[in-house]
Amino acid sequence: MKFSDFVATDAIRSDVEAGTKPAVIREMAEALVEAGRLPAGELEGIVKAIMKREDLGSTGIGRGVAVPHTKHPSVDRLVGTVAVSRKGIDFESLDGEPVHLFFLLVSPPDRPGDHLRALENISRQLRDDTFCRRLKASTTPADIEHLLEEADSHGVVT
Amino acid sequence: MTAQETISREVVVGIEQGLHARPADLLAREARKWQSRIELVADRQRADGKSILDLLTLAAEAGTRLVVEATGPDAREAVEAIGRLFDRNFSEPNSHV
Repeated sequence: MKFSDFVATDAIRSDVEAGTKPAVIREMAEALVEAGRLPAGELEGIVKAIMKREDLGSTGIGRGVAVPHTKHPSVDRLVGTVAVSRKGIDFESLDGEPVHLFFLLVSPPDRPGDHLRALENISRQLRDDTFCRRLKASTTPADIEHLLEEADSHGVVT
Repeated sequence: MTAQETISREVVVGIEQGLHARPADLLAREARKWQSRIELVADRQRADGKSILDLLTLAAEAGTRLVVEATGPDAREAVEAIGRLFDRNFSEPNSHV
């Protein structure tokens, strides 16, 4: 699976204002609503579901990356977005590092395989130091969009 | 017993949702308790058992067979402990997470 299969480019944020875990999750979910990818009426329910998932164990997966996510019946296909925090946000990650890179995913309840393959793609790209560094250094949503396109097509060039 | 003993055992992903973020997190947390180098080996790739990021690249769906491989002074205990996580299905037989 590629980034372009699930990332809503209009909802990409290169400099989130949020300074806390609940706030960044809300900011990203709102971006998906604004981009028309999540129904506005479901925003509260989706944010709550993502936070509930975080209560089970942080989705901060290390290397300054977090993948907050939930299943929700309001989507019929996997939808996600990307955000970068300049200052970093405490996400209770396994390695204790503040999180700068966020991938938020909302998937239909009956498609666990798609969710797994999106996680695979995200984690495979993030193992690449160059990708991580360039994503962190992105200053506009367009930068991030181009980087994702590059990763989709042939991997990231140093 | 030598300090570099390698122990392995096969496990099967029983979780309906596959080895997603939460079980990967639990696995990495368990693996980090041990000194040994721990790897999860799939058909075509190996993942560092102590890295969630690495484990997620396996995209191991329900039914996938993996080999837990540990090398080091506590390899046997480490493989047993990780094997138990799989045997117990990461305590989430019908995950809706």
